Amino acid sequence: MSVTEMTTTTGVVVGRVEDVPPGEGRTFVAAGVQIAVFRLRNGSLHATQAACPHAGGPLADGQTDVDVLLCPLHQYAYRWADGSSTSGATPIRVHPVREVDGNLVVEV
Amino acid sequence: MTAILGARPAGATALHLDEELDSRGRLVVVGNGMAGARFVEEVLERGGGEQFRITVFGDEPHGNYNRIMLSPVLAGESHEDDIVLNSHDWYCDNGIDLRAGVRVERIDAAAKQVHAADGSVTPYDHLVLATGSYSFIPPMTGIRTDDGELLPGVHGFRTIDETRAMLAAVGTCTRAVVMGGGLLGLEAARALQGHGLQVDLVHAMPWLMNAQLDAEAGAILKKSVESLGITVHLDVLASEVLGTDRVQGVVLKDGRRLDCDLLVVAAGVRPHTDVAVRSGLEVERAIVVDDQLRTDDPDVYAIGECAQHRGSVYGLVAPAWEHARVLADVLTGTDPEAEYSGSRTATKLKVAGVDVAVMGVSTPERDDDEFLVISEPKRGVHLSVVIRDDRLIGATLLGDTRKVAFLTQAFDRGAPLPEERIRLLVDLSGGDGSASGMLSVAEMPADSQVCNCNGVSKGDICGAVSAGCGSVGEVMDRTRAGKGCGSCKSLVKQIVEWAADGDLAEDPAASYYVPGIPMPKPELMRAIREHDLRSVSAVFATLGPGGKDDARSKMGLTSLLKMIWGSDYIPEKDAEFINDRVHGNIQRDGTFSVVPQMKGGVTTPAQLRRIAEVAEKYEVPMVKVTGGQRIDLLGVRKEDLPAMWSDLGMPSGYAYGKSFRTVKTCVGSDFCRFGLGDSTQLGIDLETRFQGIESPAKMKLAVVGCPRNCAEAYVKDVGVVAIGNGRWEVYVGGAAGATIRKGDLLATVEGRDAVMTLAGRFMQYYRENANWLERTYDFVPRVGLEKIKAVLLEDSEGICADLDAGMQRSIDAYTDPWGQDAREPATPGQFRPALPLIALPKVPVR
Ligand SMILES: Cc1cc2nc3c(=O)[nH]c(=O)nc-3n(C[C@H](O)[C@H](O)[C@H](O)COP(=O)(O)OP(=O)(O)OC[C@H]3O[C@@H](n4cnc5c(N)ncnc54)[C@H](O)[C@@H]3O)c2cc1C
Ligand code: HEM
Ligand code: SF4
Repeated sequence: MSVTEMTTTTGVVVGRVEDVPPGEGRTFVAAGVQIAVFRLRNGSLHATQAACPHAGGPLADGQTDVDVLLCPLHQYAYRWADGSSTSGATPIRVHPVREVDGNLVVEV
Repeated sequence: MTAILGARPAGATALHLDEELDSRGRLVVVGNGMAGARFVEEVLERGGGEQFRITVFGDEPHGNYNRIMLSPVLAGESHEDDIVLNSHDWYCDNGIDLRAGVRVERIDAAAKQVHAADGSVTPYDHLVLATGSYSFIPPMTGIRTDDGELLPGVHGFRTIDETRAMLAAVGTCTRAVVMGGGLLGLEAARALQGHGLQVDLVHAMPWLMNAQLDAEAGAILKKSVESLGITVHLDVLASEVLGTDRVQGVVLKDGRRLDCDLLVVAAGVRPHTDVAVRSGLEVERAIVVDDQLRTDDPDVYAIGECAQHRGSVYGLVAPAWEHARVLADVLTGTDPEAEYSGSRTATKLKVAGVDVAVMGVSTPERDDDEFLVISEPKRGVHLSVVIRDDRLIGATLLGDTRKVAFLTQAFDRGAPLPEERIRLLVDLSGGDGSASGMLSVAEMPADSQVCNCNGVSKGDICGAVSAGCGSVGEVMDRTRAGKGCGSCKSLVKQIVEWAADGDLAEDPAASYYVPGIPMPKPELMRAIREHDLRSVSAVFATLGPGGKDDARSKMGLTSLLKMIWGSDYIPEKDAEFINDRVHGNIQRDGTFSVVPQMKGGVTTPAQLRRIAEVAEKYEVPMVKVTGGQRIDLLGVRKEDLPAMWSDLGMPSGYAYGKSFRTVKTCVGSDFCRFGLGDSTQLGIDLETRFQGIESPAKMKLAVVGCPRNCAEAYVKDVGVVAIGNGRWEVYVGGAAGATIRKGDLLATVEGRDAVMTLAGRFMQYYRENANWLERTYDFVPRVGLEKIKAVLLEDSEGICADLDAGMQRSIDAYTDPWGQDAREPATPGQFRPALPLIALPKVPVR
């Protein structure tokens, strides 16, 4: 994907890929909305709302695997696939995110 | 609240064979509840998938769920996901056409077609009605709005949707009235009360559970229910519901008014017979069926609560499931002669704190019926049995259900009764228990029913064991025993253990060190060493199923790898929990706590001054002395952590890790009049040596200068007590948290160095052998004190030198994380705020 294409989508550049260490998450602000962006060890990128719907926990501080994200406060698990909770709790929002020339581009 | 229980992901559709080519008979089931869905399962189990094309209509949009578990869901004890029995996927995988959310309107019995509310017409060869019941709403003034809907705030209690609606309301409601003092009403009342609502229970009859209990037992039950804080109004009808937009209260027949903002109607159920009536089937109280569950139309059957068999209509799941079995036998031809001859029902109240189990009749009916009653109203206990011709025909257990397992057996199977009838109700000490007729697991006949819900016998369970099921979990999966209400689980476990005769694997998953790597700890440690795996990602890649990582396993693996490799461990920040990533304990609002190291709880004025300055500079909302004799600065923003550590200039106190935490000490011989040993210095020495080492769970220590135990050494993971003349007692496995346990005396040793060696050896043994998150208070009893003594004191396994070396490796690998990461972050953005903009629930500043 080229830069020109990028400007034609609704994506917002929130930072550089290397701002998010492998396997971890970091919080960014995109178009006034807080987004937690994760870079898994398999290279895939994911973006979710920043605060856990259960008790406001900082999701970017959570642990991850290829399927789920765990909130650090009470270990609620949310699936990357659709943001649903594995225990049936309120789901989280997931946002499309991709890398464009080393930039993290999130659609809000 | 529109989530569909057991739904399949959007986009997935079922494959259908071409209608024309399919020669299988058409089996249509109306009603996807506990009877209908179980019937389909029973048909499939008998190979009916080959014989029939199966269509299931369900008015509810959900997959099939366990209705009896709605009570714990309403109480917040179970999650709705846990009560799904068959998801939409299950229907799809079994080639069943599930029409969820589609109501059947009528049957055209002549044309053999089902007409549904979506306009569809479905032909059938065999039709099964399993439409269940609905909550009966008595015609009271004001209970419905003008358009016939229930007044907002008024709920029945039958479906998941009704349960969800009540759960959504409990947050904003404060007072509830429950109408109906039967099983359902009591369970609803207790559930709502558990959510903090003030609950009034209104029952039209003179005593509670009048269908199952006699007056005396009912009166005792009333006292138990009232002692839970529920107000009970007996023998009075509610005549009117108040409120126009929303319920505001009810008026009782005697004129009293009860205010409420939630009204639950549990005044009985009525079978769903409208479809049958409209279709011209014979209906009395419910749809009339014969011993093969057939209605007066030979191709139409009815099962579950909508069926009336020999004059009886049941309101429990066990008979519904018996119907399902018999009908599946008949329709699949497995046993064309199968007949249902009625059920004898037993029931149990699912209310925590009030144990009620009843079966059969509650009072004698004939002159020569034997009747034994033990009534202790003060204790809320009322036990009775009714015996006819040496057989148990009824039992009531209130407040003490210890005898229920045996009585259930005796009731169901007619097991022999003890001569001394009182032994049915109480264990008499001193007598020879075995001869008293109490069946042990070994003596139970093979055909005696263990799981009443699923009709699983002892023989079925033993069969599963001999067919190779190696654990209780596998047996339960195979036989479904214990998968209904769950009250039989302990019996199932006993039988499995007996049948396996010691040859029982524990549930394999239960022995895994972490859930994501299918290996117990010793095997995992061997594999890690063998493959030279030094990072968590390498462990997943090599040992994880399919090379997959698992978020819940990372923390435990990090701890294990650090222990095994010491400084040769390859750190990966993402494998650490946030506390370890930023070396502070995360708080409910996403801030952290900072606890500087303060060895043995000893500090200095200069240290205190520095802590005070730092607390002011960073506007720390709370400064607190901890239970571990440390000072805690709470509510620190993540981005302030490194600067605070630098300003403090003190090492980390490790108040956040699954690691060696603190050593509490008393003032010991330096100052105390009673001190027999220098407990303070020994505590400081222990903390200096073992600071920060990671372990399967927290390790909290203490050293005291005499057995007065001021720093609580008897209840620590490792506790050291001076007893004079340079001698110290070393206790292990103590706890004073949620679990309270006095430590076991491991040894009495001579001199400070011996304490250091033994404590280190014990902690290393624990680190190498305990399961992840297993505290010493579980570990020590599990392994056994004698074994631990033999290994650590007599070197019975020849591993003491290895233990000492392992501990030394970890000690050598220690670095102060604050000193290290304050200078330079370990990863980019290590201390970046994760939630800067959103207002969070704030911990109040005091
Ligand atoms: C809160 C609660 C707790 C309970 N606790 C216990 C307990 O502890 N022990 C016990 O034994 N029993 C208990 N029960 C009773 C037990 O749940 C029932 O006996 C059992 O569910 C009956 O099964 P069924 O299939 O006959 O009816 P249901 O499970 O009610 O299923 C009937 C289904 O048919 C559907 N249906 C109805 N009409 C149509 C139509 N025209 N078209 C399409 N679909 C239709 C309904 O929507 C429903 O889903 C409890 C019930 C409740 C509500
Ligand atoms: C439907 C309604 C049910 C009724 C009326 C009922 C009734 C009872 C009663 C009165 C007892 C004594 C309970 C106790 O141990 O405290 C009992 C025990 C038992 N129930 Fe249920 N139960 C029901 C549901 C279930 C279900 C769903 C199962 C599931 C599998 C089940 C299996 C058992 C078993 C195996 C026991 C023996 C328990 C033991 O020995 O500890 N029951 N049942
Ligand atoms: S435990 Fe004994 S030595 Fe220590 S302070 Fe208490 S009394 Fe004194």
